Amino acid sequence: MSVLKNFTNGLIKENPTFVLVLGTCPTLAVTTAAMNGIGMGAATTFVLVCSNVMIAALKNVIPDKVRIAAFIVIIATFVTIVDLVMKAYTPDLYKTLGIFIPLIVVNCIILGRAEAFAQKNNVIPALLDGLGMGLGFTLAITLMGSIREILGNGSVFDIRLISQEAKTILIFILPPGAFITYGYLIAIMNNIKRKYSI
Amino acid sequence: MSKKLESTLKNMILCLLLISVAMAGALGFVYGMTKEPIEKANKAKEIQAVKDVLPEFDNDPTIDAKEMEGLRFYFATKAGQPVGCAVKTFTEKGFSGHFEMMVGFKPDGSVNKIVVLEHKETPGLGSKMKEPKFAGQFNGLNIGTLKDKLLKVKKDGGTVDAITAATISSRAYCDGVQKAYNLYMNKMHTAAEQVADTTKGVTK
Repeated sequence: MSVLKNFTNGLIKENPTFVLVLGTCPTLAVTTAAMNGIGMGAATTFVLVCSNVMIAALKNVIPDKVRIAAFIVIIATFVTIVDLVMKAYTPDLYKTLGIFIPLIVVNCIILGRAEAFAQKNNVIPALLDGLGMGLGFTLAITLMGSIREILGNGSVFDIRLISQEAKTILIFILPPGAFITYGYLIAIMNNIKRKYSI
Repeated sequence: MSKKLESTLKNMILCLLLISVAMAGALGFVYGMTKEPIEKANKAKEIQAVKDVLPEFDNDPTIDAKEMEGLRFYFATKAGQPVGCAVKTFTEKGFSGHFEMMVGFKPDGSVNKIVVLEHKETPGLGSKMKEPKFAGQFNGLNIGTLKDKLLKVKKDGGTVDAITAATISSRAYCDGVQKAYNLYMNKMHTAAEQVADTTKGVTK
């Protein structure tokens, strides 16, 4: 497997959201607007890259039996750093993402990649894997956020597409809309993958 | 590839201890670095919210802010004259429970403007309480002139146009404003004048 493949893997073939179906909690909860998708994606990507690199670097000094505990401490540290930095420099974004930033700690994508990839590989592949997975996650939830925002609120990235008064398909902003959008997107992804046999 | 460290008790304890200490150190460093910007951001947010709901003022209302029954009162003055009071109020009656807003009162007790600070109301329904169509009807309204001095939606026999399909949010909104009004008129009205007096002394 070439080094570059570690990176592209996360974008489509093993997209964490649509193919591995990991980290569905933030996927469903924060995608009410496209901008949330970018913010959440960026925060998750940062944590993912840092924890992947750190775990790959330390893989030989962490005894097997306590590896999960060690991973969680490392991940939680990076999440808290993101939390503090966002609070300090992007208070508006922090307000909308709120509770979902601390919850990155328990995001399955991050622990999943630490377990399945970072602890078996070297630093560079782990870095690329983290970047690819993070980018795949960001693209997926931004796409979902855009669809839900357009259909449910008539705007995208806060730019109004239709007038304020016009009726929108409200359900797409509400929780059921998240499941509907998610379901259709997974179906479309599967179809594309089959067609081009990726 | 070198061999993995064995899972002996000594190794496990040592490894976890070292990782925890290193991470705690890193966190302490970041905390110290971001402490000031976070405080600054919070204060800027507070002042911005007060500015949003009151006419122009030239004191720092966060210094003399008073707290009572969970509500926070910011008194604004311009050249020593009171121009109004911003009240940070809340309600528990929202569709998703608690939400917070800032209500600006003019010295005569009429509402200057209201903004919602934090809420978890349904996007597209309850969240419309932020839009001028709903929030605008409160501007200039004096609750004292209403029947029984109570703010109510039309459905409950009041005067407020509720948001379509979000009567609960609208009711909660009125509840928060009412709470702010009652405390302001009953307890805080005189405090506003006192603050004006002290700032007058300073500016002189």
